[in-house]
Amino acid sequence: MRSSAGRLSLILLLTPFLLWIVLLVLLPHLQMLRVSFQVRESWDTLVWGVEQYQNFFSESYYWRTFVRTGVMSVFTTLLTLLIAFPIAWYIARLARGRARGLLFLACLIPFWASELVRTYGWMILLRESGLFSTWLQALGWVDGPVEMLYNDIAVIIGLVYNGLLFMVVPLVTTLDGMDENLVEAGYDLGGGHLTVLREVVVPWAMPGVVSGCIVVFMLTLGSYLTPILMGGKDSAWFTQQIFTQFITRFNWEQGAALGVLLLFLSSLMVWLGLKLTGQSLRKVMG
Amino acid sequence: MIRSVPRSRLFDGLYLTYLVFFFVYLALPLLVTAAFAFNDAPFPSLPWKGFTLDWYLADGTEGRTGLFHDDALLSALWVSTKIAFWVTLVSVALGCVNAVLFERLEFRGKEFLYLLMLLPLVIPGVILGVSILVFYSGMANDVSRLWGLELDVFRPGLTLVVMGQVTFITTLATLVIAARLRKFDRQLEEAALNLGATPLVAWFTVTLPWLMPSILGAAAMAFLMSFENFNTTVMLTGSDTPLTVALFNRLREGSTPVLNAVALFLMLVSALLAVTTLRQKR
Amino acid sequence: MAVASDLSCHHLVRRFGDNIAVNDISLDVPAGTFFSILGPSGCGKTTLLRLLAGFDRPDQGDIVIRGQRMNDVPPNKRPVNMVFQHLALFPTMSVGDNIAYGLKRRKVPLAERQKKIERVLEQVGLPGLAHRNPQELSGGQRQRVALARCLVLEPTLLLLDEPLGALDLKLREQMKVELKHLQKQFGTTFVYITHDQSEAMVMSDQVAVMRQGRFDQVAPPETLYREPATPFVAGFVGDNNRLSGEVVSLRDNLAEVRLDHGALVAGQVAGSQLAVGGRADLYIRPESLVFTGDGLNERFSRLDATVRSTLFDGANSRIEADINGQPVYARLPQDGSAPGLAEGRGLQLAWDPQLARVFGAEAL
Ligand SMILES: Nc1ncnc2c1ncn2[C@@H]1O[C@H](COP(=O)(O)OP(=O)(O)OP(=O)(O)O)[C@@H](O)[C@H]1O
Ligand SMILES: [Mg+2]
Repeated sequence: MRSSAGRLSLILLLTPFLLWIVLLVLLPHLQMLRVSFQVRESWDTLVWGVEQYQNFFSESYYWRTFVRTGVMSVFTTLLTLLIAFPIAWYIARLARGRARGLLFLACLIPFWASELVRTYGWMILLRESGLFSTWLQALGWVDGPVEMLYNDIAVIIGLVYNGLLFMVVPLVTTLDGMDENLVEAGYDLGGGHLTVLREVVVPWAMPGVVSGCIVVFMLTLGSYLTPILMGGKDSAWFTQQIFTQFITRFNWEQGAALGVLLLFLSSLMVWLGLKLTGQSLRKVMG
Repeated sequence: MIRSVPRSRLFDGLYLTYLVFFFVYLALPLLVTAAFAFNDAPFPSLPWKGFTLDWYLADGTEGRTGLFHDDALLSALWVSTKIAFWVTLVSVALGCVNAVLFERLEFRGKEFLYLLMLLPLVIPGVILGVSILVFYSGMANDVSRLWGLELDVFRPGLTLVVMGQVTFITTLATLVIAARLRKFDRQLEEAALNLGATPLVAWFTVTLPWLMPSILGAAAMAFLMSFENFNTTVMLTGSDTPLTVALFNRLREGSTPVLNAVALFLMLVSALLAVTTLRQKR
Repeated sequence: MAVASDLSCHHLVRRFGDNIAVNDISLDVPAGTFFSILGPSGCGKTTLLRLLAGFDRPDQGDIVIRGQRMNDVPPNKRPVNMVFQHLALFPTMSVGDNIAYGLKRRKVPLAERQKKIERVLEQVGLPGLAHRNPQELSGGQRQRVALARCLVLEPTLLLLDEPLGALDLKLREQMKVELKHLQKQFGTTFVYITHDQSEAMVMSDQVAVMRQGRFDQVAPPETLYREPATPFVAGFVGDNNRLSGEVVSLRDNLAEVRLDHGALVAGQVAGSQLAVGGRADLYIRPESLVFTGDGLNERFSRLDATVRSTLFDGANSRIEADINGQPVYARLPQDGSAPGLAEGRGLQLAWDPQLARVFGAEAL
């Protein structure tokens, strides 16, 4: 009787999970993969082929953007890590009592606003008629209005801003769990600041670092609003091309192929990140 | 580096400066956005022309339409609320089920299914949207072409948006609830049985109250995530535009302080939601 | 059957794979008694208790409570309540709600419920704490709440799984006495599990000594102490010295044993596997050892020893003496009657053979 009740509850709980994962994740992605290998000959005839992928490689615009997006995403992720680590360290190890909770909350505040609002805030600050430009003129440091928007640096500022929370939170969580005696022992045994950081702190924080990096990388790679609103004419982002195929050109086959390529890139990078640091997805995410 | 290890004054000073810069960097865009919701000028930029509530209240008679009279934005707000409601409901329910499944039951292939559960976290939001569009909308197209049946639910629209958002928000809800369930002492359930409760009653009187803070937290998170989502949503939306998409379209036409007004409004609602859930947790 | 028994078990067996955690246990607990199960860690106490509470099913055997077979009764339907090792107070409920939990399941009306809660809280010495959260109580108070939560249901049988394990020493001493009083006051049958022999001895009417899934002896504490039935009980209950040797003669219930270094000593025969020429162990308690010089009886066995050290512990002070390389402990009276015992001094230890017990050596 016990085991049949167990079976029943397993079936009852497994069914919703399977429906979700199969209907919303597995089947749609398999279909996307399938469509990416179909070539449309006329409006209702499709044949198998790799034309979409050929387009990707022959059209330099595609793969240049692809590479650029990947490289900039990696760069943004590392920059976010560098910026966030001291902050997380301060919150987890140096701040006391109330200050600690308040600082942590302060890190969360930007995320009460959506990506769109955050980006909009940066636009108001950075554009030609924006606040920075006005302030610089008022200070007499520049003569005319300066345009600080629509370039790669602006894009990176916005992307880092978007990613910070997702870096700070896992870092604080892991650093919080670290025994201070470890660090003390590190110094006690004769280590300097850098040695202790490298030998004790970083290895301990690794799961948090990897988890933060994966999330930030995924967000950056897949972001659309920030690059399109803050980027210039030639700072195209790969997601933009996917949007274009689907929304403006109605070329689903090409769009699906680009989607598959982006998915491939993100999986590859996550896999590489996990391999290089010796972590597992389960450990860093679950 | 830690409190018990001495640091130099210079190091402390630099560290503090860095912290200040960091938090200014965090706060500035939001403060600026909020401030210009009240600037009495048609364009959100300096100079400051004085305080006004026009961007909320103006009824369009003097060339300004405030948020509360802007029907397009209000209906977008309503659409977003509907979407967020359903997404919250479905993903929190699924999250509960998944949490129990992975924390309480033992079955073959559990590790593998757990990895599948995490999968949506490492798929860019755009791709989630695209794949659902291709699968369901494509299916609707095929069905219509082959059999003349119209499966309108699978055309871009609210249903697809909800489905797309549920895909990844469920994973997040699962992680939040499972983390709490993991800390549950199973002896409490046995104690309840011992005091005369049936397993079902024990679940509702002991386990569920324990999970409640995490369920509320997951719900608040799901609601915000859904409300703010753009990447997945934009691929799946039909004629009813949700707020983020509507705002995006406005922004491309040019920025007006009404956008600031909406942004501030959203920030306040999110803050309220966040604060109430934090209160709940105490 | 003269006394109605609240709980009886017949040949209970519970296996985990090859490991037999409960091995053919039978027991009988008369109504209103304080029954303890005493055994070292891992001997199967918790497993046995979970069988009684119904969280686990026996592979063989029957559990009978007040004459009714319980094997197929689910835990929530058994007239048995349990105080868990870590108490398992519901953290999401106040003390009052914790105690009300079982009453609510029985659909006791609100007014009566509140009256009962008040009364039981008074009985356990926590009046007026119903609105508190369990987290806001001290360890001892939480203990009492856990008890009250069960006692308010007036169970036939209360199971307690090392409930004092988490308390500090002082509080434990205090709670021991209190538990005993509470049990008398409520008249409920207690089945109490512990690995601490002093807890079992102080509180119980009956103690079962458990080892590797079996009961070695079931007896009142004093019998257990004075007449251990097995060498394990002799060694586990109270302090004991063990001396090994060979049986030389058996007469009048007395066994003479030649110790391995040649001395000839005697003790009461205990256990049936004694034979002349066979290996045997003689157990003698520290307080039964006397120092020679006092008016010594001729019957007494005696041994030459050297003082290793004195271990001062108030009324519990002992000396550690050396008999051919083996340590032997003897109680050191604190009334000034003991001779000066400098380290390394020789002395003679003696005992009344009636107080020593000789068991056949256990086959390894
Ligand atoms: N669920 C289980 N699966 C397998 N073996 C178990 C299980 N529960 C208990 N055991 C084994 O049964 C034996 C008895 O365990 P039990 O928990 O009853 O010991 P105990 O006497 O309560 O010990 P302690 O005083 O340490 O609590 C142990 O060897 C234990 O490893
Ligand atoms: Mg135990």
